[in-house]
Amino acid sequence: MTSLIKSRELFLALILVIGVILIGSYDPVFVRWQNISDMLTETSVLFMLALAQMVVILTRGIDLSVAANLALSGFVAALVSQYYPGVPLALMIAAGVAVGLLLGMINGALVALLTIPPIVVTLGTLAVYRGMIIILAGGDQVNASEMGDVFQAFPKQTFLGLTTPIWIAIGVSILFWLFLNFTRTGRGLYAVGGNPLAARYCGISQGRQEFLAYSIAGAVSGLCGYLWVARYGVAYSEIASGYELTVIAACVIGGVSIGGGVGTVAGTLLGALFLGIVNTALPVLQISPFWQMAIAGAVILAAVVINARAEHRPDKLILPEARRLGRDSGLLRRVKA
Amino acid sequence: MNVPVQPGQQDRYTVLDTAPRRLRDFLLSWDVILVILFVLTIVVNSLVSPYFLDVYNLADATSNFSEKAIIALGMALLILVRDIDLSVAAIVALASMGIGYAAEAGWSPTMLFAVGLGIGLLCGVFNGALVTRFRLPSIVVTIGTMSLFRGLTQVILGDQALRSYPQGFLDLGQSYFIPMTETGIPWLFIPPVPLSFLVFLVLALIFGIVLHRTAVGRQLFAIGSNPVAARFSGVPVNRLRFLLFGLSGMLSGLAGALLTARLGSMRSNIAVGWELDIVTMVILGGVSIAGGVGSILGVFLAVLVLGLVTFGMALNNIPGQVISVYIGALLIAVISIPRIFERLRAWRAGR
Repeated sequence: MTSLIKSRELFLALILVIGVILIGSYDPVFVRWQNISDMLTETSVLFMLALAQMVVILTRGIDLSVAANLALSGFVAALVSQYYPGVPLALMIAAGVAVGLLLGMINGALVALLTIPPIVVTLGTLAVYRGMIIILAGGDQVNASEMGDVFQAFPKQTFLGLTTPIWIAIGVSILFWLFLNFTRTGRGLYAVGGNPLAARYCGISQGRQEFLAYSIAGAVSGLCGYLWVARYGVAYSEIASGYELTVIAACVIGGVSIGGGVGTVAGTLLGALFLGIVNTALPVLQISPFWQMAIAGAVILAAVVINARAEHRPDKLILPEARRLGRDSGLLRRVKA
Repeated sequence: MNVPVQPGQQDRYTVLDTAPRRLRDFLLSWDVILVILFVLTIVVNSLVSPYFLDVYNLADATSNFSEKAIIALGMALLILVRDIDLSVAAIVALASMGIGYAAEAGWSPTMLFAVGLGIGLLCGVFNGALVTRFRLPSIVVTIGTMSLFRGLTQVILGDQALRSYPQGFLDLGQSYFIPMTETGIPWLFIPPVPLSFLVFLVLALIFGIVLHRTAVGRQLFAIGSNPVAARFSGVPVNRLRFLLFGLSGMLSGLAGALLTARLGSMRSNIAVGWELDIVTMVILGGVSIAGGVGSILGVFLAVLVLGLVTFGMALNNIPGQVISVYIGALLIAVISIPRIFERLRAWRAGR
């Protein structure tokens, strides 16, 4: 069993490789570099958001507001680009990240300070953040022609053969990996999710860790907000609507336990990659795009069943123990009766 | 087995008397806060708009939230036992599609409702089986089945719409089930009631009695407070959870039938995003997401408050997404204000 847990990422990677080979042998277009590059660029936002969501889920929380946060901070970045075209690009991106961070900190404060259940907080802020776009703009949207050229060109640039969104996703992934594996605070996130009481006895503040997790998720959503808006060239209240559930799905497929304390950067990235491959493979296989959602659903269910088998907790301690004893001494019959 | 207590012998446990009931505790209780909110909503709305207190307007307003409210009753019980069903809106879509095809095949209105209930029950049983058999967290399972059910609807329906229904079926959704009846006395009349609202009222009454007056209801509270202790006390925890998922699916199917009859047309994106609205209703109704706390009266009041707030704002030409800002803020405010008071009191006592 333990070997299965350790090799879960390997297992997932194997499925992905086999899948890609099968689809590639059906139609070589799929494995051409251009297609793979497009797919990775398309999925780069999902990579980052899934990592951010994982950090929150590690603390036994959930953030349903990531997509709404993405829409609002992306919208603010687009507004900055529309009204202050002279501002350097770095500042426009910083505006998106700052707004995202602020929104994440609001979530974090409500969860950590007032101890309101995360699903309640983020359900509320989800509606508030998305609606704020309408209030800010009076129902208007920012179109490609109103955004600055630099603003929109950045996500389309390539460097060493990879587009900038891919580079950013790689950088963010490495930062998450270093943070979660090699820093005291990062390990604290696992500790708080794995066993809050034990973590408290070790002097790890649950509230502080939760606040941090939601802030990180917010900042990453803000960054993704800029990338999304700049890439698709439009900012309005409905962008990435319902995307929060795709993000959670990527985490679940990647083996992140909704019970907290379990999850790896590699697994989450593979989970997001899985969804990315499914989305790009359907047109190649000439399957109607309407299948996308049904397949994602079936995969989530399969993944969650496999995960549950792998991390099967001995929650029925008494009976198995009795059975083991019974085998030795004939005690089983007495226990059953 | 009463062991007489020897004089001078200490009791092993001291059971404290219940704390004295004080007016302040009563006024801060959830249901009373909701009643105040409800009255406030009516007063403010009727001051702002002269069209608010019109029986026909109010009757039409109820049909906008009754379908969600019916599902909210099942969701309340699920959240009470620490579960959740995020697939309800997708079940509405799947059931609505089944009804659409059955209607094209010429089935009678009664059979169409049966189709809706049947599909809903099947979906709910599927959820329940996954959650209880495989011991999976319901939030993950129902995110998966939400995607699966909605996805199946999209696969089968594509970008088509189904819009041929028998007139008898449409009448159930589009006309008043109980018509306006005047008695001659100006203030005494039977208001017009749409079928969906009537169904909600009857179901709310049944759910209230079952949850608060029967043994099964107490067992649900026991599961929500401590599932392990409930299991050791002989409560069939998994069987009840399974039944609740089936029930939630069936209510979603019923809501799907009512919604289809009201709209007279369905597409694969029918009822998108309802799951979050419904969870909001239940949480605002005072059902604790941690389980074991809640009342049907609270959910009933929350449904009315949300429905009338939405209706009142829509009367004043406030766009839907702005309304959801207020509702999201209301949700957070209503939950955080008692906690802030509690914090302040604890902080003051600590000093």
